[in-house]
Amino acid sequence: MAGVAPPFPPGDYDVTVVGSGPGGLQTSYWLRRFGVQHAVLSRDGAPAGMFQRFPIFQRLITWTKPDAPVARTTREYEWYDHNSLLADEPELKALVPGFMDRAFDLPSRSEMEAGIAAFANKAALRVRYGCTWESTRYDGDRVVLATTDGDYSSRAVVFAVGVTKPWFAAVPGLEHGAHYVDAMEPERYADRTVFIVGKRNSGFELAQGLLPWARSIFLASPRPVQTSALALSPLRVRYLHPYDEYARGGPGTYVLDVAIERIDRHANGFRVVANGTTWDGRLVLDVDDVIAATGFQTPMGDLPRIGLVTVNDGRVPALTPFWESVSLPGVYFAGNASQGAKGLAKRGAGASSTAVNGFRYNARVLAQHIAETLNVRTSEQAPIADLGSFLLHELSTAPELWVQKGYLCRVVGRGRTGLVDGGVLPLAHFLDSRDGDAAAASVEVDERGAIVPTIYVRRAGEISEHLLTPHPLHEYSSDVYTKEIEHVLRQLPA
Amino acid sequence: MDVAERLAQLALFADLTPMQVEAIAHSFEESVFQADERVLRRGLSGGNFYVILEGEARVVAGDRVLRTLGRGDFFGEIAALTGETPSADVVAESLLRCLMIPPQELERLLLERPQMMLRLLRMEARRLQTSGEWQA
Repeated sequence: MAGVAPPFPPGDYDVTVVGSGPGGLQTSYWLRRFGVQHAVLSRDGAPAGMFQRFPIFQRLITWTKPDAPVARTTREYEWYDHNSLLADEPELKALVPGFMDRAFDLPSRSEMEAGIAAFANKAALRVRYGCTWESTRYDGDRVVLATTDGDYSSRAVVFAVGVTKPWFAAVPGLEHGAHYVDAMEPERYADRTVFIVGKRNSGFELAQGLLPWARSIFLASPRPVQTSALALSPLRVRYLHPYDEYARGGPGTYVLDVAIERIDRHANGFRVVANGTTWDGRLVLDVDDVIAATGFQTPMGDLPRIGLVTVNDGRVPALTPFWESVSLPGVYFAGNASQGAKGLAKRGAGASSTAVNGFRYNARVLAQHIAETLNVRTSEQAPIADLGSFLLHELSTAPELWVQKGYLCRVVGRGRTGLVDGGVLPLAHFLDSRDGDAAAASVEVDERGAIVPTIYVRRAGEISEHLLTPHPLHEYSSDVYTKEIEHVLRQLPA
Repeated sequence: MDVAERLAQLALFADLTPMQVEAIAHSFEESVFQADERVLRRGLSGGNFYVILEGEARVVAGDRVLRTLGRGDFFGEIAALTGETPSADVVAESLLRCLMIPPQELERLLLERPQMMLRLLRMEARRLQTSGEWQA
């Protein structure tokens, strides 16, 4: 509206959030809910961040089922809807399915964008749009952000800036090619030979999009495709035709395990020289196009200069279980960059922090952690009458545990008057905390890929772990489980 | 320095070709821990095999520090290979950067790269020898 001053003028705030994509909006929603005074800044002009443009082939790989056996306003529905942001108010819950035309159970880019924008609008989340963060410094224990509109000084900053900056792997000559973000419309690749560097989401997405058009497609990276990992990946839902064609011997599509020695540009295209990593030999290929689908990095601005430690070849910040930088106190990350916290990574399994379904829960836990750290709020701990049935109910229905497998857990601790709900916390924090005797439930994946409900008991600082027998319908309320969990929980003193 | 360059400098990977090292660097993730953060936990299943790329860690049983580990050292191999849970904690002594290889991947990797298995065996033997001397 013309004439209305933008919110959050430069100055002092308890917390400053940078970003107006799903990570920033979800964090702001929960900070407000927990009573934390904060500013939200965004260089964009509108909410929904990367969903204004990506994925380039216009379809997400995370599902939402518009119809489910539970109502959209229930907590359980979140398990069926991996794309909507979270809220306590019924009218703000599950907004994405309302925009879906049901061509797929995966929303299109525009449906997702509409769902996120509707959340910002209906929740009346205020954002100072068009305000760009330019540099960062400490002033005592406060973090100061210099922006195009002035300085913001805060006790904590939450960067929710995504993992959106194109990243090129260190391959000599790769910079001569295009990046995924600059890929053209599929029909422009008609009758061309396309060499795609990278065999992760964006590489397969591109290859899938080009299959009906390109003459031949090479997908190349040093790491072999791990079919066992793919079986559990959301990628398989949409983009596995190129791999399928290659695995079955179809001509024209090749999935190569190679380290690329160099890429030379010549008059008619490119020459790629590559060496096998899982086989002995060398390939020299002349191709029309080279596209780097080597992914993205967090746009970290000047943070590395002031000491931000990173992980994954410098692509994301290295984070504690509560998503604080391991090297910059008071600097937190939300949204996709929260993948920089690996958690326990039992059997190498990562958290679901790279997608909305996982990082929306991270945002709630983070906001609560910040509220408690800044002494704005102490969590209200509801009494728990029956510990065993409470934890079994959570293991059967809690979307936080089923989405953030092995990363988040539900905790029950001891209050002054008896057992109390300790809420949802990072599992690594629970295991290493010395906060007294307690129990926690998490959902994990074993070495065969089976989903295993797990109970942890912390007694006198010692942890014991108990893997329950998986149930095919994930139904953990029967007498068998009640007896099993009662036996486990006997370790806790009455 | 990227992960492949870091790995190429470590004894465990010394007999592999640059292509093989690059494949390993791209196949497994880095993990970074703050000082005093636990990396491996006694009694918990599913622990990974870790190779230290940067920083130091201590092996702890109760209040006793059994050993300090530095760049190029590894830990978690016994639990990863036997399927038993670790008998000690490993805690970051400083900011610690590791390559993390899931237990179910370690056996496959060692069978594919017997030169690496031999290196690991030799380093393990040296550790046993040293711990024997301590007891003597």
